[in-house]
Amino acid sequence: MIHFPILRWGRPYTSLEVTKVEHFATGEPVAEVSQANPGIVARDLRKGADRARNVLREIPCVELLAMIKKSAELFSSAELPLGDATQTPAEFVRQQSATTGLPEHMCRMNMEKLRYVLDHLDEVLTSLTRKLDWDILTRGYGEEDGVMRSYQATTPVLGMVLPSNSPGVHSLWLPIIPLQIGLVLKPGPQEPWTPWRMSQAFFEAGVPREAIALYPGMGEVGAAVLNSCPRSLIFGGTATVEQYAANPAVQVHGPGFSKILFGEDQVDDWEQYLDLMVDSVLVNSGRSCINCSGIWAPRHTREIAEAVAARLGPIAPLPPDDPQAALAAFTVPGQAAAISADIDNALKEDGVEEVSAKHQEGGRLVSKERCDYLRPTVVRCASPEAAIAKKEYMYPFVTVVECPQDKMIGAIGSTLVATGLTEDPAFTRALLDARNIDRLNIGPVPTIKLNWLQPHEGNIVDFLFRPRAFQRA
Amino acid sequence: MSTESPATEAGATLDAWVREVIDWHFDPATGCPFWLDWARQAGWDPRREVTGFADLAKFPHFEDEWLRGGPVRRWVPKAYADRPTFVFETGGTTGIPKSRVAQEDFRIDYELFSETLPDEHFPKGSDWLMLGPSGPRRLRLAVEHLAQHRGGICFCVDLDPRWVIKLIKKGWMDHLKAYQDHVIDQAVTVLTAGHDIKCMFTTPKLLESLANRLEEDGSSLKEAGITGIFAGGTEFTPQWNRFAHEELLDGIYMTPTYGNTLMGLAASPPSGPENDYKITYYAPQPRAVIQVVDPDDAERVVGYGETGRVMLTTLTKEFFVPRFQERDEGEREPACGQYPWDGVSGVRPFSRLASATTVGVY
Repeated sequence: MIHFPILRWGRPYTSLEVTKVEHFATGEPVAEVSQANPGIVARDLRKGADRARNVLREIPCVELLAMIKKSAELFSSAELPLGDATQTPAEFVRQQSATTGLPEHMCRMNMEKLRYVLDHLDEVLTSLTRKLDWDILTRGYGEEDGVMRSYQATTPVLGMVLPSNSPGVHSLWLPIIPLQIGLVLKPGPQEPWTPWRMSQAFFEAGVPREAIALYPGMGEVGAAVLNSCPRSLIFGGTATVEQYAANPAVQVHGPGFSKILFGEDQVDDWEQYLDLMVDSVLVNSGRSCINCSGIWAPRHTREIAEAVAARLGPIAPLPPDDPQAALAAFTVPGQAAAISADIDNALKEDGVEEVSAKHQEGGRLVSKERCDYLRPTVVRCASPEAAIAKKEYMYPFVTVVECPQDKMIGAIGSTLVATGLTEDPAFTRALLDARNIDRLNIGPVPTIKLNWLQPHEGNIVDFLFRPRAFQRA
Repeated sequence: MSTESPATEAGATLDAWVREVIDWHFDPATGCPFWLDWARQAGWDPRREVTGFADLAKFPHFEDEWLRGGPVRRWVPKAYADRPTFVFETGGTTGIPKSRVAQEDFRIDYELFSETLPDEHFPKGSDWLMLGPSGPRRLRLAVEHLAQHRGGICFCVDLDPRWVIKLIKKGWMDHLKAYQDHVIDQAVTVLTAGHDIKCMFTTPKLLESLANRLEEDGSSLKEAGITGIFAGGTEFTPQWNRFAHEELLDGIYMTPTYGNTLMGLAASPPSGPENDYKITYYAPQPRAVIQVVDPDDAERVVGYGETGRVMLTTLTKEFFVPRFQERDEGEREPACGQYPWDGVSGVRPFSRLASATTVGVY
């Protein structure tokens, strides 16, 4: 069986504790994963974090970038080491689908997305550093156009507590190595595949093994990563976001509550945006934080909900290797049923109606022997006060909320991606000024379409380097 | 010379001890009010019906909720009513804690445990550090007695596990870290103050923290003079045991133990790479007996190597606890040379209760 060891600064370590990762549909073990104990994390970080940065600083940023670009090809095309054996890209896709419940074509899409980011990392970094001379980051100071600039790394390594549900999020940590910052990865229990394969691609491309550590484990290992790394990223639900919101050492990525907002001037033409709405809700089986979970409009919400439901409602589960499969399985027992019950409860409120139900004979919850599915759900809310208007779930779920334009920004709450469908300068200005919106699209841009040259939930370079004054006599 | 096997002899000893303990606890002249009342209400006399350990199955499972609240003297045997009595508490983060009375039991248990400690690693006459929970806990006094029994002096720290649990439940992780630092500060201060401390009690988490702190300070447990560690209090995994031996201890002897306020102390024979660092605990029979039982049918002891819930029976003249189902599970292990009765390995929180329990807090 495939075995994932722990990587202690690139050095494989087989734990006495292993967990099995199972096929979501058959229950057959797909791999076993060595489990780290928190003490190993703390000890390695204390002994090796500075060394990780130092070995990277011995290699100029441009050379590291060249390695990362080379790893793009390796990640997407090469047969790479995996435990005692090797793994082809096709095997990677099948295995990732088997343990995450994500259809294979979506795994392939995420793989391509990661390759794209790796391929364009020089442009990404140029943008995120605002064309700063990268040698200044290495040296800590340097002159540009006669002005002294100094940046200090806030940490020698970046800790990452990664999720199991959406392999696309791994794009966020790809720029770290060329910034000469080491990586400490704690993979999601069902998704050891991407962190491992990406690490192997980096190593094959020449990145020093001492720069990357990988610690599979349960929650206490994630906590050890957060406690031991001066800067970390964590992915989780609303509770995780609330727990770390005030912690400057942790950049937390949670539910996106991403939305499409119709302006008064465009809402009468809503039909021309139907594809945009459907794609924003459905792509990647609605698992991403950038998937749309709310469509807000001042009128026509019933028609919009009916039209979106007519497209999404009939979608049913298909086998993971079916290229038409649009829904990912829920692999955690009871999770889908709990979500479904939560929705049923919310539907009892006045002015709330599940518009997609009529397209789903047998209901939204589809229970299989070892996993469950939730069919796409469209709920119309007559007003923003409905509790369900603030909900987001990890599948194609969207509320269509009726709300006057002048009340919209105040009522939507925290929103990772907002697509404002408007040409009204005043509404555009208001959206630009709205501090509860992170990524803003004006015009017909699907919420799931990212421009990789722009920061996502904060600029990672600003998180890892602080500008400061430096004078040398 | 006996021709019986050690296991048979151990069984006979246990049966005889059960009869003696039952006679004691259910004799109106010697027993405690709780068990005498219980027997009156149950309508049968255990002195007549219990002839050996197997007959204890006639008792219901002991419920630790019975230990909550007073009057605590209902647990003191009449024959011992005039002896100095201690009360030890368990849990108690919220509400009324569970209490157990004790007089000599903790001393006897730890004197028996002392016999399992190798003198070359726990030298007689050397001083001890008790780096574990303080307050109304048996462990604090028991470790101090162990040190004194072996001719040493015990240095202690302040550690309130109830506050630790509150910090965890509130999510005040900065405060948790600060409190842990505060505890380790106390330990480092004692260890570097010129005493002759060679032995210590601690928990896995605190051992890790202390070793890391000493290393950060350019020292180590070994350089601090420690030669033997008696560890317990929280769950040990084989992986942690290996990690400790390979990366923290530098040859220092460590003996993991399993116990709580209700029982004595279950010791473990040495473990290492030869047995994949598996830790197997053996109760101090006949004063306490550990069984591994089917969680759905506690009358059935599982087969060797099979997983089950830990069931504890405590049999001392101070305290009688029949068939208490612990909040732990593990695998049943066969007798070994040192301990000719069943043991349990892989002890961990009982999976059906684990999510509701805050474990390993210090």
